[in-house]
Amino acid sequence: MMETKGLTIAKAKEAFSKGEYTSQELLNAHINKISELDNKLHAFVDTTFEQAAESLEVTGKPLSGIPASIKDNFNWKGTKTTASSNILKNYISPYNATVTERLIENGGCLVGKTNMDAFAHGSSTETSDFFTTLNPYNEEHVAGGSSGGSAVAVATGMSVYAIGSETAGSVRGPASWCGVYGFTPTYGRISRYGVIAMGSSLDRPGVFTNNVEDAALLLDLLSGKDERDATSIQEPAMDTASNLDATLTGKRIGIPKQYFDDRINKEVIAAIEEAIAVYKKAGAEIIELDLLDPKYSIAVYTVVQRSEVSSNLARIDGIRYGHYSDIEAETILDQISYNRGEGFGNEAKQRSMTGAYTLSAGYYDAYYKKAQQVRTLIIEDFAKAFTKVDLILGPTMPETAPKLGVTKNNPLFGELADVLTEPSALAGLPCISIPVGYDSKGLPIGMQLIGNQFAEQDVLNAAYGYQQLTI
Amino acid sequence: MKYEPIIGLEVHLQPKTKSKMFCGCDADYFGKQPNTHTCPVCLGLPGALPVPNEEALDKCVKLALALNCKINKESKFDRKNYFYPDLPKGYQISQYDLPLGYEGFVEIDIDGDSRRIRLTRIHIEEDTGKSLHEGDLTLLDFNKSGMPLLEIVTEPDFVDEIEVEQFAKRLRQIVRYLDISDADMEKGQMRFELNMSVRETGSKELPDYKVEVKNIGSISVLQKVIAFEFKRQTELLEKGEKPAQETRGLKDMTGETLSQRVKEDSEDYRYFPEPDIPPITYSDEKIEEIKTTIGELPNEKKHRFIDQYNLEPSAAETLVATKRKADWFEDSIKDISDKALIAEIAKWYVGDVIGLLKADKKSLSSLKFPPADLAKLVSLVKEGKLTGTLGKQVLAKMYKTGDKPDDIVAAEGLEVVDDESELKAIAQKVIDENPKVVADISKNPNAIKFLLGQIMKETRGKANPKTAEKILESLFA
Repeated sequence: MMETKGLTIAKAKEAFSKGEYTSQELLNAHINKISELDNKLHAFVDTTFEQAAESLEVTGKPLSGIPASIKDNFNWKGTKTTASSNILKNYISPYNATVTERLIENGGCLVGKTNMDAFAHGSSTETSDFFTTLNPYNEEHVAGGSSGGSAVAVATGMSVYAIGSETAGSVRGPASWCGVYGFTPTYGRISRYGVIAMGSSLDRPGVFTNNVEDAALLLDLLSGKDERDATSIQEPAMDTASNLDATLTGKRIGIPKQYFDDRINKEVIAAIEEAIAVYKKAGAEIIELDLLDPKYSIAVYTVVQRSEVSSNLARIDGIRYGHYSDIEAETILDQISYNRGEGFGNEAKQRSMTGAYTLSAGYYDAYYKKAQQVRTLIIEDFAKAFTKVDLILGPTMPETAPKLGVTKNNPLFGELADVLTEPSALAGLPCISIPVGYDSKGLPIGMQLIGNQFAEQDVLNAAYGYQQLTI
Repeated sequence: MKYEPIIGLEVHLQPKTKSKMFCGCDADYFGKQPNTHTCPVCLGLPGALPVPNEEALDKCVKLALALNCKINKESKFDRKNYFYPDLPKGYQISQYDLPLGYEGFVEIDIDGDSRRIRLTRIHIEEDTGKSLHEGDLTLLDFNKSGMPLLEIVTEPDFVDEIEVEQFAKRLRQIVRYLDISDADMEKGQMRFELNMSVRETGSKELPDYKVEVKNIGSISVLQKVIAFEFKRQTELLEKGEKPAQETRGLKDMTGETLSQRVKEDSEDYRYFPEPDIPPITYSDEKIEEIKTTIGELPNEKKHRFIDQYNLEPSAAETLVATKRKADWFEDSIKDISDKALIAEIAKWYVGDVIGLLKADKKSLSSLKFPPADLAKLVSLVKEGKLTGTLGKQVLAKMYKTGDKPDDIVAAEGLEVVDDESELKAIAQKVIDENPKVVADISKNPNAIKFLLGQIMKETRGKANPKTAEKILESLFA
């Protein structure tokens, strides 16, 4: 049996063409891996081996025969699409998200739907209404979230690549904590159509891979304007994979001092500084940057995201789909209350309520409006920085994966853990988390590169340069 | 003590579009099987996103311009959050603080004077689905969900129900002219919401309460509601009570209303900018381009008809009632410069053609003859080739068969008899057959008329009456 862990799209394709194994054999190996590991790790909410096998009938496409997985908030026609929530536990989607559709068109072989914090409300998968995904490096630690299942699937060889989505750090965070690449392009670059919305002005599909080339290829296949998403960038699909360039000489890399202060774990800082040394040695220009303190982003992000959440979750009222309460209701509005009251978990309720509060008459100006104003300042802060540097580099997360149970009695865990990913999320900037090492406990450390709007190629090139020097 | 009403109106208008407001579903949903015109977007399924319909946006801007509004060149959509089973997303995509149009007016005619009803704003939003109650069950039909709606809000400018009626009719006429909507009230394409309060006559202050009556589906019911509410609120005020600030609904079609919901303060819809749709921008060029598509509006057309064709105001009003009516008229006279003839054609058109259609409850499109044929017929009469009475007969035949007036005249031998020698012979015959009348001719002033009648009878109405009279007079001179 071949080892699936660490496999990339290119390596698998090479093996196919050399006849080392068939796509059916590769799929079987992944199914075996899932059977072996997932009872313990809980990366998958549901497996779709039948659909994966059927996909093998289509050959010769860029993703043909490459086992992959997709986060459970992406609609996939005919399969359960629950966003790891009880209220949608039995919801079978009647339509495809644009991402799902583009994967399938390109031969995508999807083995399952991955676990997440319910409705992506968290950074640990501990708020999944089903179960917590464990960190494969140490099962007493969280995998991170919200796209924790996707990160673990790729980290363990249960998938070659996986699709996730990010509102603040939901791709970069778990990628960092599970030692894989997590890439999120500019807001609007990949269509949001069919992704169960969390914070609409922030949500971005992203990918988990074992190298930069795969991230670039997936970007090329999934990007391109979508008539069904009014916020999608009106440009054709990108062509980054064939333009990858590892040259680092002369690249101006900004190091924001606010991302390296005493709020950040020392072992994490040490690993990132080693990576900076690699860049420096390769001829990159390292420039110290002074950005707005990311702590402001926590407040802005929390208000914007929760306001949007409160409105986005309103559609799940149990009337047309979703949990329907058995309690005899006197009025239809009571019925909706019972459906939602029973169906939603605490995190969703809490976010809906704080979001409703921040949008209420008399509070809107003080919260939502003010948050959007500060958001503009953050966007301008980045724009100013990108006149001086090509890329911004820093740790992805302030520390490595925490222990299970960390979110208990910590209602702002997600927002606090994602402090270093929130500013760039608010600005919708393309970014990647790159595995750069381990702490003394053996837990992975991730470094993030943030590029200017639309500068996906710059981000991928700089990540590729580092990857080539450290393989 | 005397009281007067203060009346404002919100009009909901369904614009005619190919697809719904935010999805590709066919907008032609009326009367179709429930839930057959739906998709993930208008059903509010998880993950579905709205994409605005540009045709609907342009129609909103066009109407705003036609109603003299200013345009917000930077506009946006907002979410209006509330729960209701027929509202699938738990919010309605509407416009809050930046409507596409604002500060416009509609001119209405009251007793020959022109009055301006000011418009606060015009915005675009999506419609909800429909709840159907069957016994204990509530059934939901989402065919209407996500249909575009234009909301037109007036200032409280109306003094009575007659002004409201004039306004509603004028607005309906304008949107039909612009082909923005059929405004078919039976299909719910135009609906009203009334805002009304009552104060002592002479008071300048706005009352500190407001009664809303929702979902009024016809102009006549709207008038009845105003009358009912005026009486109801006045009676309360006379008793020294302040009418409640509330939303009322129709009890039935008599205009009587019932309290639905008492509002202590305004509901909190937690409006915020719709993050799924980028802001809407209208450039000056685009606005100018839309302006050029507006064309002549009914009021302008009426005044042009009066000036250009010397028409009576009432005839002009009838002619411009619909664009089709006006266009038909202008088609009929397009090669004619003789103003007297044009006025005559207008008379035949308004009086006879439209009269025939009305009697049959038919529309202009069912007319079997083209506009030029009416002009031809009226010219035959005007030129004296056909008598007026026979002209009406020919028109009736044209209406029935669509035959050409010339052909009818020729086939039935209806052409006027104007030949003097022929008429002289007939006159002589009539004189010979009526010696008694002829004997009385100097004493009886009606004798000539009688003889003329006999000549018409002999010619089956075809004699040119003027020539015949002249000949008779010459024979007795």
